[in-house]
Amino acid sequence: MTRHTLSVLVENKSGVLARVSALFSRRAFNIESLAVGPTENPGLSRMTIVVDVESQPLEQITKQLNKLIEVIKIVELDGASVQRELLLVKVRAPLAERATVLQTAELFRARVIDVNTDTVTLEATGTPEKLQALLAVLAPLGIKEMAQSGTVALGRGPRSMTGAGTLRSA
Amino acid sequence: MTVTATTTAVAAGADAPTQVAAESVAGVESTSTSLAEAAHAPATGITGAQSLVWSLEAVGVDLVFGLPGGCILPLYDPLFDSTVRHVLVRHEQGAGHAATGYAQATGRVGVCMATSGPGATNLVTPLADAYMDSVPIVAITGQVPSGAIGTDAFQEADIRGITMPVTKHSFLVTDAREIPQRIAEAFHLASTGRPGPVLIDVPKDVLQATTDFSWPPRIDLPGYKPTTRPHGKQVREAATVIQAATRPVLYVGGGVLKAGASEVLAELAELTGAPVVTTLMARGAFPDSHPQHLGMPGMHGTVTAVTSLQKADVLIALGARFDDRVTGQLSSFAPGATVVHADIDPAEIGKNRKADVPIVGDAKETITELIAALTAVQAEHGRPDLAEWWVQLDQWRATYPLGYDLPEDGALSPQYVIERLGAIAGPDALYCAGVGQHQMWAAQFVKYEKPGTWLNSGGLGTMGYAVPAAMGAKAGRPEATVWAIDGDGCFQMTNQELATCAIEGIPIKVAVINNGNLGMVRQWQTLFYEGRYSNTKLQHRGSGGGEGTEPRSVRIPDFVTLAEALGCVGLRCETPEDVDATIEKAMAVTDRPVVIDFIVGSDAQVWPMVAAGASNDDILAARDVRPVFGEGQV
Repeated sequence: MTRHTLSVLVENKSGVLARVSALFSRRAFNIESLAVGPTENPGLSRMTIVVDVESQPLEQITKQLNKLIEVIKIVELDGASVQRELLLVKVRAPLAERATVLQTAELFRARVIDVNTDTVTLEATGTPEKLQALLAVLAPLGIKEMAQSGTVALGRGPRSMTGAGTLRSA
Repeated sequence: MTVTATTTAVAAGADAPTQVAAESVAGVESTSTSLAEAAHAPATGITGAQSLVWSLEAVGVDLVFGLPGGCILPLYDPLFDSTVRHVLVRHEQGAGHAATGYAQATGRVGVCMATSGPGATNLVTPLADAYMDSVPIVAITGQVPSGAIGTDAFQEADIRGITMPVTKHSFLVTDAREIPQRIAEAFHLASTGRPGPVLIDVPKDVLQATTDFSWPPRIDLPGYKPTTRPHGKQVREAATVIQAATRPVLYVGGGVLKAGASEVLAELAELTGAPVVTTLMARGAFPDSHPQHLGMPGMHGTVTAVTSLQKADVLIALGARFDDRVTGQLSSFAPGATVVHADIDPAEIGKNRKADVPIVGDAKETITELIAALTAVQAEHGRPDLAEWWVQLDQWRATYPLGYDLPEDGALSPQYVIERLGAIAGPDALYCAGVGQHQMWAAQFVKYEKPGTWLNSGGLGTMGYAVPAAMGAKAGRPEATVWAIDGDGCFQMTNQELATCAIEGIPIKVAVINNGNLGMVRQWQTLFYEGRYSNTKLQHRGSGGGEGTEPRSVRIPDFVTLAEALGCVGLRCETPEDVDATIEKAMAVTDRPVVIDFIVGSDAQVWPMVAAGASNDDILAARDVRPVFGEGQV
């Protein structure tokens, strides 16, 4: 089991997400997470796709993705990248246990975004591993509900994937 | 920064959009000049439908196959006055396969059109077929009005969504002003790189909207930049590998035909002296009469072609994709071979078999550069000596030639019929097969000498392909004799297009190899299901078994009277003595389609055969005949 993070620049057009997900489905590739959002260029969107494969199928995945007409560029983000997920989690927090919850939030640099008599809702960002650790600590307190985003990632250093120089050299 | 400014492909496209559009659609004969002349003058205040028809004229379309309906109706009004000929089919599937046959026979983009909903869904099979065989076609479908999309409106189907996995690309046109650009892009995509089907879905209100027309439009496809020029270093590496080979084989696929690379292939073959095998999609790419041709590889390939791949030390795969029907069990395919794999689609390289020397590029350009590199290598080191390899190959060829046994019960042999048909119609005729036993026999026993003379449904295996594809081929090449070689099962799926042929003056010839059965399935039932013929007997009642399995005394349908009802000449042939005369009689009919009902035995089988999933090493030359290859010699 190998995780790879692909950053995929696509044309910002209707149907692109359907095309990408149809490709993964048809070719029997596994998606672990998928996040789509705008870029600094209104004509482009960025998809960050985490896939779980051995290296041989990964080459197939990138080649097949590249065949999609609306896919502009694909980069595999390795260790030299920053990867983040966003977690919103509603934890049971009656008065007696609220201090524990807040202390845990502080340890993980999570922010409190909603409080009421029974629960506290926390917002945390971080690597998938950090968020897993936070959830593990919160679990005994009672997680009422949670929502987690897919991974978004950027390569470290001055180069950009959308920059003219980078694309021309591709 | 804009999308277009950031990519090399579009930089080129923006510099010369006209040229790109012209190249992509012109085919061999046309030039960009003639296309520019063909384009209608700019106009304002016209309908989207008019713009679409003018766009088709401007990209050089001379012929479309289609069937109108509610949502595409606005398009059919300006089409009425157009120079584009519309052939009214009897079923949209026929339009799709006709576009494919047209494209395969002419090298130009085939066009089909249908209305929304069921019209569009009837195109799904031909689109999937063209996708698997990389055929350049453009399908235009009407769609319910924009405001009704998503409401389950009458005759609404999400055809773009449905066809996403079986098209190279698809468009939903949302604004009439986009029409010329989308048409130009669709034809560019269909015909360049690895060719394939492109669908354009146009809502009815977009066809009715008022818009402007000007040509040529800008092609804006920043993510599309097929590599046609092979990498020089890879080509030189391939030349080194080929030079060092003692048992090389040129494994030739359909990409060679698509690239128009038959002539350079012959040059490469003669330069290397290596044997050539042509896959089902590449029959005709290299002359069958050439002494270096070992025939077709694969499940029903010749023993020598299949075995040459197994024993090769170097495979030079050109525009081929290591399909399971060629490789058999992948893990034991060509175990000792270093693989040079040249293909225009990078995703094919390494997909099934690891490539030791990958080359991405157009087959013609790749072969041409390979010839130059090999000539240089040979100038220094001389021509490799393949004499020992040829001794071995010739021995296999002599021992295991393609052949067939005549039926013991005196029934007409289907292989004999097809062999005679090929001999009489000759190498200039076009042969178009359905799918099954007759297709394999047509691939084996017709001798192909020229590119573009063999049309079939290779990848998808679409029964019913032959008649409509032959119609498209004949419409595109009216001077050629076009034979559909069909099975009685296949023929019953699409023979209604014979009415189209008769009415539109497209005189194709059809040889129905009528064994009263779904023959290939029956063959598998004989070999792998103890002869339990579940639901394969087309002439028997109670085919599912049990009571009442007697054959009908009357032929249903009677293909001779059916042919006549469809406006064709109907002939029947039941004995070997009548075969030649009946074919000659059909050849003499030029004003109408002809159908010959060849009543053949039902027990003939396709051999050689590698059973599905078995290793190519376990090929059987004939039933229970396992070749002996003289182990240790190679």
